[in-house]
Amino acid sequence: MDIKKAFLGIDVGSVSINVVAIDQENNVLGKIYVRTEGKPIQILKKAMGDMVSMLPANVEIMGVGTTGSGRELAAVVVGADVVKNEITAHGIAALTFVPDARTVLEIGGQDSKIIILRDGVVSDFAMNTVCAAGTGSFLDRQAARLNIPIEKFGELALKSKSPVRIAGRCAVFAESDMIHKQQMGCRCEDIIRGLCEALVRNYLNNVGKGKEILPRVVFQGGVAANVGIKKAFEEALGYEITVPEHYDVMGALGAAVLAKEYVTTKRGCNTKFRGFEEILKKEFTSRTFECTECTNFCEIVELIAGEAVAARWGGRCGKWARINQPAQERFVVGQN
Amino acid sequence: MKVTFPHMGQVYLAIKGLLDDLGIEVVVPPPITEKTLEIGTKLSPEMACLPLKINIGNYVESIQKGADTIIIAGSCGPCRFGYYGVVQKEILKDLGYDVNMIIFDPPNSDYGVFIDKIKKLAGKNSWISVAQAFKRASAIVKEADEMLDIALKKRAREINKGDVDSRLNCFEQEVLSRHGNDEILETIRKYKEILSQVEEKSDVLPLKIGLVGEIYTLIEPYVNLNVEKKLGYLGVEVYRSITLYEWVKLHLSLDVKYRMRHKRILRKAAPYLSLCVGGHAWQTIANTIYYSECGVDGVIQIMPFGCMPEIVAESILPRVYQDYGTPVMTLVVDEMTGEAGYFTRLEAFVDLLEQKRRGRVDGYKEGLFGN
Repeated sequence: MDIKKAFLGIDVGSVSINVVAIDQENNVLGKIYVRTEGKPIQILKKAMGDMVSMLPANVEIMGVGTTGSGRELAAVVVGADVVKNEITAHGIAALTFVPDARTVLEIGGQDSKIIILRDGVVSDFAMNTVCAAGTGSFLDRQAARLNIPIEKFGELALKSKSPVRIAGRCAVFAESDMIHKQQMGCRCEDIIRGLCEALVRNYLNNVGKGKEILPRVVFQGGVAANVGIKKAFEEALGYEITVPEHYDVMGALGAAVLAKEYVTTKRGCNTKFRGFEEILKKEFTSRTFECTECTNFCEIVELIAGEAVAARWGGRCGKWARINQPAQERFVVGQN
Repeated sequence: MKVTFPHMGQVYLAIKGLLDDLGIEVVVPPPITEKTLEIGTKLSPEMACLPLKINIGNYVESIQKGADTIIIAGSCGPCRFGYYGVVQKEILKDLGYDVNMIIFDPPNSDYGVFIDKIKKLAGKNSWISVAQAFKRASAIVKEADEMLDIALKKRAREINKGDVDSRLNCFEQEVLSRHGNDEILETIRKYKEILSQVEEKSDVLPLKIGLVGEIYTLIEPYVNLNVEKKLGYLGVEVYRSITLYEWVKLHLSLDVKYRMRHKRILRKAAPYLSLCVGGHAWQTIANTIYYSECGVDGVIQIMPFGCMPEIVAESILPRVYQDYGTPVMTLVVDEMTGEAGYFTRLEAFVDLLEQKRRGRVDGYKEGLFGN
C-alpha cells in the first residue's frame, strides 16, 4: 500500500478548535470542527483522536502548523513545525483556495478582521480594536435566547420584508435595543435581519474603516455560515461575496498550507510532530506561580507534558523562557 | 526632603544621578508592575489617559516608601499633559497625601519662575554645581539611549534568544545600588561594553521598523508592552523616532544644529499637517514620512487610548501610506489592552512586511516561517 503524505493544520480559537489534514495538492482529507468549551488541551486531544479515525491508515503526517489564540499551547501539545498568527494563516488560506481574492472579511467567535490582498500577497490588514469583537459569540447567544437553532438564524433573516434598525455599537447596547424592539411587538425575522445589518455596519465602520474593499470579496470564519450576514454584506458593499467551501476552518487550512510550504522548502527537515499515539497518551497539566527573583514579579505559566516541563510563558527577563536548558538545570516539578 | 518622580523609560537614571549629586535624598519609584497600574486605575478618573494613571501609581508607591516631594515636567502644548501636574496634585490631596509638588513647565519666556523652582530644589548648591550636575545627567541620558540602541540592533541578530535582555535585566538590578552621576554613568558604560559583546548571527538581514507616536508610550516599555523587545524577538531591527536624549537636546539644550534638523523633518509633514495640534502628532506624521524616505520596511504608531493628537495623526496616516507605500500600523494601548491580541498584530505585520520584501527581492526565501 502506498504511503500518502499529509499535512496537519490546527486552529485553536476561543470558540472552536479546528483540525484539518490536507494532501500535497491541498485536497482536504479530513476536517474536524469542535467547540473549545474553555478546555483547549482536552478538546484538542479529543479532536486529534477523531482525526485519526477519519484518516486512512496509509497516511503519514509530514508537517504540522498551528494558529489561533491557542497556537503556542497547541504547538507544544502536538509538536508543531510552524506557529503562525491567525491573520497570516487566514490570508494564506484565502489566497490558496480563492486565488483571485483581493479582500477577505473574516469574522470568528471573538475577533473580526479584514485582510487586503494585492498581487497575491497580504498588503494590509486590520483587526477589531475597541469594538466589533465577539460577533460570533454574540450571534450564538442571541440564537439561544430566541430559541432558534444557530443554523436557522441566517435563513430567518432572509424572510424579513421590513428590517428593524438595531443600535449596534456594542453587544450590550445591541441586545437591549433588540429586546426593546421585541417588547414593542416587532416580528422576530425583522429583528434578526436588523441585527445582521447592524453587525455588518459595525464591522465596516470599525474594522474595515479606511481600507479599500475591492472584489473579489471572500467571507470566511464561523459567521460566514450565516446567510443573513452574507446578504447584508452584499447589500452594503454592492459586490457579490464568495464563501469558500471550507469557510469554517480556513485558519487551520492556512496553517496546514504553511506547514507544507515550510517542510518542502526546507528539504530534509523532519517534522516535530509527536505522533497521534503519543498525544493521546500523554498527560498535559499546567500550573502558575509568581517569580519573586526581582521586582518585576512576573506570573509564570508552566506546561508540563508527562513529567517534564514542556514550555513556560510569562517571564519578562528571559530567565524562564529558556526551555532548552540542559536536564540538570531544568526546573523540577514540585520545587518552589 | 525626599524627592520622587514618575517613571518614564530610563529617565530615572538621569534624575537619580542629578539629585544624588545635589545631595538630595531620592526615592526611585518601584518598577511599574500590574500593582502600580492597579493603584493608578483605581485612583484616577476613568477617561484619563494611561500615562496619568501610571504616574499616580508611581507616586503612591513612592510615598509609601517615604517620599514627600514630587517633581514632574509640565507642558504648554494643547495636550492633556499640560494639566497633569495640577490634576495629580489635587488627586493626591483628596487622598490625604500631604506632599509637595514641583512642576517644571518648559521655560518658554518666563525664566524667572523656572529658576525659582530649581533654586527651591537645589537648596544650598551653587549655580555652578547645579549646572555641572545637569550636564552630567544629560550625559547619562545620552549614553543610556546609546545602550538601548545597541540592544535594538543586537536583539534582532543575537544567536541565543534572550541574551540581550538577561544582560539588561542585570543592569537594571545593578544600577539601583549606584550613587551619583559618575557611578551611574560608569555602570551604563560597563553594560554598553557587555551588550556589544553579545554574539551575533552573521547571515541575517533584519527587517527594519520605525516606531512613531506619543512620547510616553514610546519611551516607557511597560506601557507599550515591550514592543521593542517583541519586535526584536521577531527578528526586526527597531528605530525609535523619539528618544529621551532627543527630547533633552530639543527642549533643554541650545543645540542649534539639532533643532534645525528637527525642523527639517517636521517640514516634510507640510502637505498633510503643518502645525502643532498638541502632543506629538506633527512629529508622528513627519517621522513616518522621514522613515519612508529612509527605506524602512514598515512604521508602527503607538498611542494611549483616547489621545487626541495621535487620533488626528492616525486618520492622516493612511494618506501618507498611499503616497509613500510604506505600510503603517497603529497600536492603541491602555489598561484594557490584551497582550495576546497585541502580539498577534505585531507578528502579522512583520509577516506582511516579510512577504512584501520577498516580492521585491527575487529568490529571497527566508522569513515567513519565522522559526
